[in-house]
Amino acid sequence: MAIRLLGLLLFVFSSVTHAAAKIDHWQTPQGSRVYYVRTEGLPMVDIQVSFDAGSARDNQQFGVAALTAALLDTGAGQWNADAIAQRFESVGALFDASASTDMATLSLRTLTDKALFDKSLDTMQTILTKPRFNEVDFKREKNRTLAGLKQQEESPAALGSIAFSKALYNTHPYGHQTAGNLKTIAGLKAADLQTFYKTYYVAANAIVVIVGDVSKEQAEQTALLLVKDLPTGKKPEALADVMIPTTASQQHIEFPSAQTHVLVGLPVTYRKDPDYYNLYIGNHILGGSGLVSKLFDEVREKRGLAYSASSSMTPLLKSGPFTLGLQTRNDQTKQAVEVLNKTLSDFVTQGPTEAELTAAKKNIIGGFPMRFDTNKKLATYVGMIGFYEMPLDYLDTFQQKIEATTIATITEAFKRRVNLNALQTVTVGKTEVAVDVKSAK
Amino acid sequence: MNKRLLCTALLCLPVMAHSEASKVSEHILKNGLKVLVKEDHRSPVVVSQVWYKVGSSYEPNGITGVSHMLEHMMFKGTDKHPAGDFSKIIAENGGDENAFTGQDYTAYFQTMAADKLAVSFELEADRMRYLHLLPEELKKELEVVTEERRMRTDDKPQAKLAESFNAVAFTSSPYKHPVIGWPSDIANYKVEDLQAWYQQWYAPNNATLVVVGDVQTQAVFDLAEKYFAELKTSDIKPLKPQPDMEQLGTRRIVVKAPAKLPVLLMGYKVPSLKTAAQETEAYALEVLAGVLDGGNSARLSTDLVRGKQLAVSAGASYDLVGRLDGLFELDATPVEGKNVADLETALKAEVVKLQQTLISDEELQRIKAQVLASSVYEKDSNFYQGMQLGALETVGLAWQKADEYVANINKVTAEQVRDVAKKYLIEDHLTVGYLDPQAIKPAATSTAKGAK
Repeated sequence: MAIRLLGLLLFVFSSVTHAAAKIDHWQTPQGSRVYYVRTEGLPMVDIQVSFDAGSARDNQQFGVAALTAALLDTGAGQWNADAIAQRFESVGALFDASASTDMATLSLRTLTDKALFDKSLDTMQTILTKPRFNEVDFKREKNRTLAGLKQQEESPAALGSIAFSKALYNTHPYGHQTAGNLKTIAGLKAADLQTFYKTYYVAANAIVVIVGDVSKEQAEQTALLLVKDLPTGKKPEALADVMIPTTASQQHIEFPSAQTHVLVGLPVTYRKDPDYYNLYIGNHILGGSGLVSKLFDEVREKRGLAYSASSSMTPLLKSGPFTLGLQTRNDQTKQAVEVLNKTLSDFVTQGPTEAELTAAKKNIIGGFPMRFDTNKKLATYVGMIGFYEMPLDYLDTFQQKIEATTIATITEAFKRRVNLNALQTVTVGKTEVAVDVKSAK
Repeated sequence: MNKRLLCTALLCLPVMAHSEASKVSEHILKNGLKVLVKEDHRSPVVVSQVWYKVGSSYEPNGITGVSHMLEHMMFKGTDKHPAGDFSKIIAENGGDENAFTGQDYTAYFQTMAADKLAVSFELEADRMRYLHLLPEELKKELEVVTEERRMRTDDKPQAKLAESFNAVAFTSSPYKHPVIGWPSDIANYKVEDLQAWYQQWYAPNNATLVVVGDVQTQAVFDLAEKYFAELKTSDIKPLKPQPDMEQLGTRRIVVKAPAKLPVLLMGYKVPSLKTAAQETEAYALEVLAGVLDGGNSARLSTDLVRGKQLAVSAGASYDLVGRLDGLFELDATPVEGKNVADLETALKAEVVKLQQTLISDEELQRIKAQVLASSVYEKDSNFYQGMQLGALETVGLAWQKADEYVANINKVTAEQVRDVAKKYLIEDHLTVGYLDPQAIKPAATSTAKGAK
């Protein structure tokens, strides 16, 4: 009892100190949502433009979203790939365009000195609004993607992750990897990318994030300049809900590796999930807190079964994957899977202990300022808040929401959301039966 | 016209970047512990790193990887704190922590809210001299490290190539063995090996404490005195020099492994900033790496990936901060229809071009602009700033080199780049490695639905 009181006091003290960043938000005339935070001290800025145009929008053309993003800086307006790269790099700017499950993002990091800033922004604007998608560049990037996909087949980790997504999501848009597969990429044409671009890279579907040492007026001009030449378009229709598996499945992929990669889980949480904080802190205790999680302790510290053992609870627009994973010597796979499953089922049925919960709260709340202690991390948070339309005070209320969780609420959420009879299990490795080490020698 | 404007703008920047740079302060405790502090008040956080001058290049045969093994054992308890306590205390104080081992260093770090720095100091000081090395903990952790090796190297064809490549490229230099150690050495560590290694190298006079963040310099020095001052020194014997034997001709190696794509690795023997007769040579090699692989506009992307379309990817790297001579490395993966020999020819042609023709002013200006911009971007991360200071100090270069870097790159001329290409990128000092992909046995897949 005394411990609880003490704990509460600590939380109160530690939460007063850190006010999170102030996010300014507005819309451009065409409906692009803009999010801006002024940070001072370094003459630089991070700018992102995101679209609801991730691999979840691939339809049957798996990989089209990723390849579309990859083609953007290979030719735009009057410039070819060489000229674009020179324009950015001659001013020390860093540019990238890529797709993830939910979104496609163009990001720029540049110095704020006017001549340098203007040149990189101008280049980004052209890439965003006038990409060429010409045949030569398309063929080359397509071949590079195919090579990358081929190379994945030599990685048990990659094979496991592909099979795991399929097991969790089947035909749902989250069921294939962002890069696509050999067959779907081979079937793509440059015109498919053009069509994808025209459908999704539109102002009404755009989010602009600006975090750095620029004034609000500059931020307004920057956002406007970036998106003003995009057609207004419209937001895509909502993604289908995920059909959460109701029965368990186990799949083994035979592979000539020294270790077996183990993945266990199911789709669980999404960004606006009312259970999110309970699931978040529960996962933190179970396998999300690095060197001190239950999974790490059971698998590595107590038994030396693996180098890494962890779990993650990824919130997406729709239910993202809850994943427990480890890699272990082939012949001890059975034991490692048993330990992993028992750790999970004990946690789901019994919940955390008082001590575990207190420790987790101290870790999350005490380490709160480290979540956005760089411009880059802050820009990522602001981008997340913008894309998923989270409340602007998301960061300000985060500690409070974590504080409010209890053993009862966490346990209840896990019992309701993590169906132990519907876990999907994937193993990739070489089938080897455990042998008695002494007699083998 | 445009170009001039650009240069003018860039010229203004060093001044600006400089005035923004907070300075590093140094304080050496009586027991020899060097403390470096860099204040950065943008966020109420701090990173604290303890760097030991020991790593895989310090290890004799038979116990390769022992520095890395000891790094793992450093979390296994002391007189005051039983195994697991360290990580629990850091976590309960909101901290993030870990450790890493390289060829020339072993380092431990915690990132915390700035007012928690004392927690980190207390624990690091404690395990600097009072570690418990227990046989039963070693037995378990040895399994963990073996799993780590399987994951990082044994099951990764490209990592296997790199490991064998290093073992062939170097003859007498300790850079020839892997940081994680050879499997049979890992399997045979004894507690005594670790104990001896710990006693030999873990001492305040063989360590650097680096603190970057929202702190007051004098307060950090006082705190360091409080926690570290009473630690005893060790008699640190100078390392044997162990330079590599001169290489007398190209070396070739083929690694066969289950894989899908071939890979080419090439490495030329080069000095580091520490070993170069003239420091300018090391900076010129750094620029040379930038000419080849300093982004999408660099030569390898422009000529090999896009222009001739020979490679799906190609890269070049040079490690400025090594204790011993290292390698200037080139790597590439061929496009379908081309092979590693085609790429070897193409990369060698790039080398010849560098030796015969001066790089353009545009290229040189681009690299200088990138270096300057990076020096600003790097300040976004306390951790990275700490890494720079710690690594420089630990390989025996002064931390001041971090502050001089931009100016020294700015002084590099096209002639110097050509000259280091001529002097160091020579056939007789080259090692070439091919990854020869072997068929992966067809994947048998079994699925059991609803079997739980």
